[in-house]
Amino acid sequence: MRRFFLIAVPYVWLLALFLIPFFIVFKISLSDLALSIPPYTPTMKDGIGQMIKAFDFENFVFLTTDDLYWKAYLSSLKIALFSTVLALLVGYPMAYGMARAPEEWRPTLMMLVILPFWTSFLIRVYAWVGILSNEGFLNQFLLWTGVISTPLAIMNTTTAVYIGIVYTYLPFMILPIYAALDRLDESLIEAAQDLGCSRTKAFWLVTVPLSRSGIIAGCFLVFIPALGEFVIPSLLGGSGTLMIGKVLFEEFFNNRDWPVASAVAVILLLILIVPIILFQRNQQRQAEAET
Amino acid sequence: MSQKIFAPWDDPNEKPLIRFENVTKKFGDFTAIDDLTLNIYEKEFFALLGPSGCGKTTMMRMLAGFENPTSGKMELAGKNIAGTPPNKRAVNMMFQSYALFPHLSVWENIAFGLKRGSMDKRAIAARVEEMLKLTRLTKFAGRKPHQISGGQRQRVALARSLAKAPKLLLLDEPLGALDKKLRQDTQFELMDIQESTGTTFVIVTHDQEEAMTVASRVAVMDEGRIIQVATPDGIYEAPNSVYVADFIGDVNIIEGTAKPAGDGVYFLDWTENEPPFLATSDVPFSDGQKAHLAIRPEKISITTEKPDDAKNTVQGTVLDIAYLGNLSTYYVQLADGRIIKAQTANTRRLSRRSITWEDKVWVSWNATAGVLLEQ
Amino acid sequence: MRRASWFNVTALTLGFAFLYLPMVLLVIYSFNSSKLVTVWAGFSTKWYGELLQNEAFLDAAVITLKVAVASSTLATILGTMAAYVLVRGGRFLGRTLFSGMIYAPLVMPEVITGLSLLLLFIGIGLDRGVLTIVLAHTTFSMCYVSVVVSSRLVSFDRSLEEAALDLGCSPFDAFRLVTLPIIAPAVISGWLLAFTLSLDDLVIASFTTGPSSTTLPIKIWSAVRLGVSPEINALSTIMIGIVTVGVISASLVSKRNAVKAQQDMQAAERGAT
Repeated sequence: MRRFFLIAVPYVWLLALFLIPFFIVFKISLSDLALSIPPYTPTMKDGIGQMIKAFDFENFVFLTTDDLYWKAYLSSLKIALFSTVLALLVGYPMAYGMARAPEEWRPTLMMLVILPFWTSFLIRVYAWVGILSNEGFLNQFLLWTGVISTPLAIMNTTTAVYIGIVYTYLPFMILPIYAALDRLDESLIEAAQDLGCSRTKAFWLVTVPLSRSGIIAGCFLVFIPALGEFVIPSLLGGSGTLMIGKVLFEEFFNNRDWPVASAVAVILLLILIVPIILFQRNQQRQAEAET
Repeated sequence: MSQKIFAPWDDPNEKPLIRFENVTKKFGDFTAIDDLTLNIYEKEFFALLGPSGCGKTTMMRMLAGFENPTSGKMELAGKNIAGTPPNKRAVNMMFQSYALFPHLSVWENIAFGLKRGSMDKRAIAARVEEMLKLTRLTKFAGRKPHQISGGQRQRVALARSLAKAPKLLLLDEPLGALDKKLRQDTQFELMDIQESTGTTFVIVTHDQEEAMTVASRVAVMDEGRIIQVATPDGIYEAPNSVYVADFIGDVNIIEGTAKPAGDGVYFLDWTENEPPFLATSDVPFSDGQKAHLAIRPEKISITTEKPDDAKNTVQGTVLDIAYLGNLSTYYVQLADGRIIKAQTANTRRLSRRSITWEDKVWVSWNATAGVLLEQ
Repeated sequence: MRRASWFNVTALTLGFAFLYLPMVLLVIYSFNSSKLVTVWAGFSTKWYGELLQNEAFLDAAVITLKVAVASSTLATILGTMAAYVLVRGGRFLGRTLFSGMIYAPLVMPEVITGLSLLLLFIGIGLDRGVLTIVLAHTTFSMCYVSVVVSSRLVSFDRSLEEAALDLGCSPFDAFRLVTLPIIAPAVISGWLLAFTLSLDDLVIASFTTGPSSTTLPIKIWSAVRLGVSPEINALSTIMIGIVTVGVISASLVSKRNAVKAQQDMQAAERGAT
């Protein structure tokens, strides 16, 4: 009885507040826009049979005809992919440096990486507004050093979005790579050198392949949330940056087109399924390798 | 019928493969290797033996190129190698942890070093096959390191480090991770491989039995210095110090003062109420000089009656008996409280043994049975 | 022997500068007396004063804290239950679905979670307000709690529970008296995680909030959309300050506990010999 209760409470909670809402999103994505409250038809009131009959893929067809959505999906993928690569390029050397740091330093370095996690995401993104804007710190600094004579327009461009994503998701990249590098047995590197590798060669032939699972995990942990990101493109990307999270938000709140917003969400979810499954598989393989 | 004994170290014309000359290695304030001079010859199986922290691993890592000496000269085949990085040395190492690359198969692990050179693919494959055959691993070529047993991993590590046919192979506690039975078999296998490949082996170990079994010469180290370098029997029968005598095998050490008693023979006064012991020594002792008599338990006889022929006899009581199956060690307490260990082979069944606890017994040995040591 | 090479030192220095410089600038310029946030015009704490006068921010802060405390507490209870079911529950109908529902919200884009919950609340006619935000926050943060707690439960020696049962505990007592005290650190960090997630959330709260219940992130959001404002800098500094003090003291406490545990162990060993 007690066991039933233990299982049932979280189970029912998740069913009611996680799974069922999804079906509602899916259902509404098949409905039509209406000038009523709620702003879509058919609703439950029309009867199940009537409701199912009225379902169509009109909204999805609409998404393919209006190239705004196409472009938003593609540009989200491009931005997420490119920022993941950038985060890897910044994060790997940091994780490597941490794993190679003296033992007594590592807990402190670890804390320094984790600390931003606990700080407000919104504030961390906001901090870049003051840096990247036309009269921001970066432009002031560059003008002062004489590198440039007119301010760079970084704010409200894709570049600002890249910086924002790399900045906020960097800890997600560093931590799994650091975990993999920390497990790496130093004597493997020595063995590679002993067998004729230079330091660089040993790094590419031994260190990189053995931290592969960490690299993959880190990349997905950046890529997946970056794809549906809303705050960063809205705050730093300006009106010129198209990202699907932003489109969804605006479709919902500004246009009040719930069926299309739901259709956008369904497609975003479909796009995310592949990386999520790949990520899961990587985690599973890693867990198996450890036992 | 003159089979030449392998002893290049006795031949003054022989050029050593490795020469350490006044090598010192410091880590900060800590001196790991202290002014060490040593020659190792081609085809030797050389063992560095000592407790942990004695500097044996540092020496090996210097040979491999992972550490550089703070001062002194290190030569390999007549060339100074101090400062040469590990990947540019004709030296390979078998790591204590084996350090097999977990992402590569057995075959790829063995081929790893070969691929770093300019060897063509077919030659690499042939060499890998040869190494697989030598270490009886042909069947496991496609497996990953975590799919084979500990003993097989050890052989992969050996095959990998031998594949490049190094001038010198370093083995860091190569058998430490194996259980006792497997270790003994593997010792002989190592010796066979060393002999058939003609490679010079330097092995680091803290297991004196292992060093004695495999090595042509053993260097006993302590606190960054080499205390003695000699053949295994030399180390055992003629240790040059109490430290070496005590480190290798079981030994009784009797302290006393020496008194010359003619040609290489000395008396050792060790207690007041008993006659002095008689011992021979190659090293001269002056009258009244402090000396230690080191004598192995198996060279001491134990009898119920006082023997007539032995030079040194003393009476005591059996305090304890350690039965080891093939051997028994008797702990005999002398009148002054000192304990002497005497070992006998158990050629008879236990029930027939004549000596038991609390028995009054005589322990005895010859003048040549022990060695007289200064320190 | 690990040595710091110049490459590693450079990578770490630049990396941490990248991570911390923006926040440091934010903190410094919160003490700027000028309204122009990027021009230094002298030290002043006037923006902190104005912030404390701003009723709208204070109200939003109170609502946010209420939501965070309620949702993180609920999420901790539900998440711990879920973790226990996942690790110790054995087999039951729909186990795969259950674990899927635990892990999916972790990778779900916030816009989708927010949208779906909003549609649910409208569908069942629940008025949007504090309650709906709490429900929404509880749902996604219970999954984080359950991941944190279950990773501790997995490494937990089951024979301890079995010993408790063997000594006459009921399963519930065994959980209460043995399991819970041992996994307590994980439960506490789960609560803290849920708490910060709730404090931090903008997107899901925007979807599930009503007109009467504006949380702090929503308030900040509408302010920062208009550009940099010194009041927000002051507010950010306060929030960064609280988190920094919290994280550093937590790590000091855990370090001290570790040192103490080691000393106790050494003392015990000395006593034993």
